[in-house]
Amino acid sequence: MAVKDYLRERFFPHMWCPGCGHGTILNSLIRAVEELDLNKNEIVMTSGIGCSARISGYVDFHSLHTLHGRALTFATGVKLSRPHLKVLVPMGDGDALAIGGNHFIHAARRNIDITAIVMNNRIYGMTGGQFSPLSGPGVKATTAPFLTIDSSFDVVELAKAAGATFVARSTAYHAKEATGYLKKAIMHKGFSVVEILSQCPTHYGRKNKEGDAVSMLELHKTNTAPLGSKALKENPSLTPRGIFVDVERPEYCSEYDKIIDYAMKEAR
Amino acid sequence: MSDNIRFIQGNEACVEGALYAGVEFFAGYPITPSTEIAERLSQRLPENGGKFIQMEDEIASMCAIIGASLTGRKVMTATSGPGFSLKQEAIGYACMTEIPCVIVNVMRGGPSTGNPTHVSQGDINQARWGTHGDHNIIALTASNHQDIFSITVDAFNFAETYRTPVILLLDEAVGHLREKLIIPEAGELPIVDRLRTSLGKGVDYHPYLPREDGRLPMSDFGGEHRYNVTGLFHDMWGFPSNNPKVVNELLRHLVDKIDNNIESITRYKEHFLDDAEYVFVSYGSAARSAIHLAKTRRARGEKIGVLELQSIWPFPKELVREKCADAKAVLVVEMNMGQVLAQVKAAVRKPGRVFLANRIDGKLITPSDIKKLLRVIQGRGV
Repeated sequence: MAVKDYLRERFFPHMWCPGCGHGTILNSLIRAVEELDLNKNEIVMTSGIGCSARISGYVDFHSLHTLHGRALTFATGVKLSRPHLKVLVPMGDGDALAIGGNHFIHAARRNIDITAIVMNNRIYGMTGGQFSPLSGPGVKATTAPFLTIDSSFDVVELAKAAGATFVARSTAYHAKEATGYLKKAIMHKGFSVVEILSQCPTHYGRKNKEGDAVSMLELHKTNTAPLGSKALKENPSLTPRGIFVDVERPEYCSEYDKIIDYAMKEAR
Repeated sequence: MSDNIRFIQGNEACVEGALYAGVEFFAGYPITPSTEIAERLSQRLPENGGKFIQMEDEIASMCAIIGASLTGRKVMTATSGPGFSLKQEAIGYACMTEIPCVIVNVMRGGPSTGNPTHVSQGDINQARWGTHGDHNIIALTASNHQDIFSITVDAFNFAETYRTPVILLLDEAVGHLREKLIIPEAGELPIVDRLRTSLGKGVDYHPYLPREDGRLPMSDFGGEHRYNVTGLFHDMWGFPSNNPKVVNELLRHLVDKIDNNIESITRYKEHFLDDAEYVFVSYGSAARSAIHLAKTRRARGEKIGVLELQSIWPFPKELVREKCADAKAVLVVEMNMGQVLAQVKAAVRKPGRVFLANRIDGKLITPSDIKKLLRVIQGRGV
């Protein structure tokens, strides 16, 4: 199928600002689904609220645009109810890790077979540029006119600690690399997390003097380095990209099926 | 059939009713005094091939059942006061997206943490208006285990028929009381199955285009029809819209689909009402005391009757007006500061003759509590 066959063209143009990284991430994701040749009827995308969450309207899957921070909980209901479905959950940084932080760690702990995609632009874009738990200290935002003092989460470390069995990071600049990680995440049996650094020139770039979309994309390249690379060894302040975790652990829905088998036998 | 007879708690009667109605998925979080519902279903659901999940919080539980419902399951969650507050945003989401689900609230004393192990009926108005914005809702209640069973079946049937969340308002006293339940034979009570679209593959399915009778056939997530569901105002495709005409029509539809069917939804019982000079309007465990008092005073020749409400929302205004029309006085017997009282006053022709017999201290209101007030109203002193 062509990439276009995975999109709901009648719902375009999309609502993202010019230069936003989210469209690139949608591109990476659609290509991953296309290359895996997945059946559209077997894909459910649930999303929360925010710029990132609008992605679910544009894709021709079963799509569930829910409440701020709660996408993973709706996804858990879908997945446990029908484990054969592929469940994809794109989330923004605030959506996934501020209001949705509790659900994020618990979904990881259960190792339920859901793919969480954290589209991290380090800002609340839809509400106009407030800092998020991934902004980090020293950032200017509409709610931090004197710069942020809040530390940020490291999505990768958090997901690892909470029990995610596949964890990767890429950026909107490295769109092909992101597609590769997304493919692996989707096919991984268990809770998978792919953090993709995105850029918000409108609300982050302007305030923090990172320039326009092109120069922000450039930063994705210069501020990151592949895991195990010489560049990373020489400059540990760079953000590592790559696959950080890829392990097997009992998956929640499969384990619950065993509970059903046992309970039905006992009840007979 | 002796194996159809149980001696169980009201919360367990609710579980049995839910299983009879076909519940397949439950998500919950422990909270007193509703926990027995989750405990019981964690065993009974997998025994029947269904799914139970204990989520990380009340919000997650509510959201998980909505997700599961969209895949074609009959779903339920159970909670109490603080948990019911936490679920409100997602209940509004289910109203807006018209996703069938049943929410049990076993009422305890509030506000806040309140009186967790004691009875109250303080969440009547929260059931109606807990979530933000205009919307409509169905809320049901019952006073004994046989009725809890059948009203739970009604709750699932209404959720499917009207594509709405249905709130089941039990209370701590009836939820924890143990008494007899006779489980009806299969087929004895009607069961409404999900209305699914008959449109096949390749035919455009409009998830939010009502049929002539106002009902909206569903298509399971995972099936042939891929569509969008959103809590934003949306058009017939389920796609976000702020077109004034779309917004206006959807909101009116959400309100009208329930208001227009109030007669089919109304559930009540009457006890000695025919010639009653004094009418008690009551519900839930409070109704047990009202019925007991009416019975004992009848034996002494006093014409007292009880209108026991089993559907609270939409409020059965016409019914209340009719049943209270000839009463010298109406006593609303409830365990709150007069939440149903306000509805009854608004419904009857002579609101000045409506009085509140309440108790709000965590103790079940007793027949003698009601009798004291009745005697004053009757002009017989205390």
